[in-house]
Amino acid sequence: MQPETEAELADMIRAAREPLSPLGGGSRLHPGEGQGLRLDLSALTGVVLYEPAALTLVVRAGTPLAEIQTLLAAEGQMLAFEPDARPGSTIGGVASANASGARRVQAGACRDAMLGLRFVTGQGEVIANGGRVMKNVTGYDLVKLLAGARGRLGVLTEVALKTAPRPQTRAVLALPGLGAAQAIPALTAALTGPYDVSGAAWLPGQGALIRVEGLAGSVAIRRAALTQRLAGFGPVDEVADWPQTVPQPGPVPDARGDLWRIICRPSEAPALLAALPPPEALDWGGALIWLRLPPGEAPALPVWSGHATRVSGAQPLSLPAPDPIVARINASLRERFDPRAILASDGPCRQISQMSS
Amino acid sequence: MQMPAPDAGVLARRAAITARLREAVPGAVIDDPAETRAYECDALSAYRCPPLAVVLPRTTEEVAAVLRICHAERVPVVPRGAGTSLAGGSMPTADAVVVGLARMNAVLETNLDDRFIRVQAGRTNLSVSGAVDGAGFFYAPDPSSQLACAIGGNVGMNSGGAHCLKYGVTTNNLLGVTLVTMAGEVVELGGPMGEAAGLDLLGVVCGSEGQLGIVTEASLRILPKPAGARPVLVGFDASETAGACVAAIIRAGILPVAIEFMDRPCIRATEAFAGAGYPDCEALLIIEVEGTPPEIDEQLRLIRAIAEGFAPVEFRESRSEDESRRIWLGRKSAFGAMGQINDYMCLDGTIPVSALPQVLAGIARLSGEYGLDVANVFHAGDGNMHPLILYNANKPGDLERCEALGAEILRLCVAAGGCLTGEHGVGVEKRELMLAQFTPTDLDAQMRVKDVFDPQWLLNAAKVFPLAVSAPRREGMRNAA
Repeated sequence: MQPETEAELADMIRAAREPLSPLGGGSRLHPGEGQGLRLDLSALTGVVLYEPAALTLVVRAGTPLAEIQTLLAAEGQMLAFEPDARPGSTIGGVASANASGARRVQAGACRDAMLGLRFVTGQGEVIANGGRVMKNVTGYDLVKLLAGARGRLGVLTEVALKTAPRPQTRAVLALPGLGAAQAIPALTAALTGPYDVSGAAWLPGQGALIRVEGLAGSVAIRRAALTQRLAGFGPVDEVADWPQTVPQPGPVPDARGDLWRIICRPSEAPALLAALPPPEALDWGGALIWLRLPPGEAPALPVWSGHATRVSGAQPLSLPAPDPIVARINASLRERFDPRAILASDGPCRQISQMSS
Repeated sequence: MQMPAPDAGVLARRAAITARLREAVPGAVIDDPAETRAYECDALSAYRCPPLAVVLPRTTEEVAAVLRICHAERVPVVPRGAGTSLAGGSMPTADAVVVGLARMNAVLETNLDDRFIRVQAGRTNLSVSGAVDGAGFFYAPDPSSQLACAIGGNVGMNSGGAHCLKYGVTTNNLLGVTLVTMAGEVVELGGPMGEAAGLDLLGVVCGSEGQLGIVTEASLRILPKPAGARPVLVGFDASETAGACVAAIIRAGILPVAIEFMDRPCIRATEAFAGAGYPDCEALLIIEVEGTPPEIDEQLRLIRAIAEGFAPVEFRESRSEDESRRIWLGRKSAFGAMGQINDYMCLDGTIPVSALPQVLAGIARLSGEYGLDVANVFHAGDGNMHPLILYNANKPGDLERCEALGAEILRLCVAAGGCLTGEHGVGVEKRELMLAQFTPTDLDAQMRVKDVFDPQWLLNAAKVFPLAVSAPRREGMRNAA
């Protein structure tokens, strides 16, 4: 099924008698997702409004991410939350996954740039929420609730986003000698000083990486100050480009194993890393650990304050098991927005409480 | 202001209910009518109603105990931070128990390495920054009432401030909360980076106006303080020109931390009140940039070059701390100045910045039609307008005329692609206007979220949604009791 309008999509959902899998490019699916009847949203495209002077973009959800990035670049702008490029990726998929890259430490996540949206519920109702303005507290913020909801509450048809000016200049500092755990104090030093850091990551073979962006004079000042601040952690180099920090999914099944995404406080990262095999990447100053584990295996983690999710592989799994009240609220919200369980984008696993089993 | 009739059954059981509350939280219950009067309104002081009782708990456990009793007794509850809501967000009804956060003001954890602070929700906004100032950090959202307003209220209303062009509003700086549901269940929402597994419940709780639960603790992102900040003042001979200048600055890729706008009526009133030395012109902008002195110079050079293209009548760059203070003085005293000469009603509709000239012209036309003066002061960078309608509260019919004009102006904002409220919230004040912005189905989708968190619609229930729209749910729940 490939609706070409929002009304057509609503009709299809109303008429559906079996679970659907709403998909943009299908490039950000998690384990267990995409098992229903394919609901292809890639024809729901087009820019509704772009006002560079108001930093506002309104687009239909099936619009390719790459097309949006080209459009914004032509006006000297960008999506500040830096979603990673993937073949076929659509803006609706990015929003439904709350896909956010390295600049989250400075500019926030995808959900922070989302000003408004339109979506179709599991009953085929068309709902608008938020708007196209920067500040808006009119009614409940369903935009945040739908961002990252992975299509479980409704299918996005239109997204309003805050754009940002592209920085004039960039500098990337590297401390190539640092291992993953050693990188944490260096990244913390960069993020806790007045340097307006826009990337703080670690990659195998490249070490700790820190990015500053902005006007040329300002970048020069902050690069110098940071170089001095970081000198005690090891030799500081400068590299030309900021690398891709989000590990890309491989083929299915993937011989390299399952990809895990672990969120923690940066100060907890060294203890977690000590309990784990070497990571594929660290981002957000150490608050995000990307890890590869043999298929089906779960990480043995000490008690910590974040959560871990298997993002590729056969079986969905999220750790620790969710609080039962929070799980009940999640399940009740799905029940209210999709009472027929038509938008079962995670296949048979209808309730979040079952996802952890 | 119409409010639902109080539940006669609850009123009749007043003594028994307060006795149960006293037993659960000794020393925290106020039910003497002379004392509950202090809680009869918030900053929307035109509307008042003393509550059944007030409870001032000290801990999350006490809040949970109070809510369990109210839930069992089917007593409506109104959460209250510091009572600074301009929208009537904490206005009680006669059958309601007000749960005030005033005694919950502790700092629970300060973690500079992980850049967050955890506080009890009654702590004031400014004292959050105060707690980390010495270590070189600050909490970015800065509503005008920051000296008094509580973090719990900020979360409830998703409060903004003058500096959100760069730093965002409460929801963008909130990492987690402890929430007590109406049934008295305690849940932790959010986590490191503000995210948890599953749906973004933190995101929908923030800005839900105390209708989903009572926030008792909050983890907030703190940021390293910039090396310095400096404002410039730019005067123009037309509001349209000032608006065009704002658009040109943003278009050029410069994001100042604040761009504030004042029109002539506002400039004159503040000048008479505060004597900040503002030029007498049609419109002025206060633009603030941050960084080290050379970084500030670099940004101001660009801003000056852009502004000069719009033939400003004045471009005043601060050269000292004292000059910076004087530039901000008029803006910060604007509301006080207007209050000195008149009663006023402050709106906060938000518009796309490109619609500024058209909306300002529309406001001027409506002001003439209604015969009430309107002064404009607002956050221009993000389109958050603050038209101040001047009226005389002692003149019969003036308040009603003012409210009618306010509603017209807000409809104008919505028609221009904007919204009813950018940072104050809907409360009771703008409740009946919600259908100007949303369809009944849009509102139903929002109310479904409340159905999940508070199935009996006991928590701050007669707010946010038009009374007629929420009536089936509110009354259905009551009748089912």
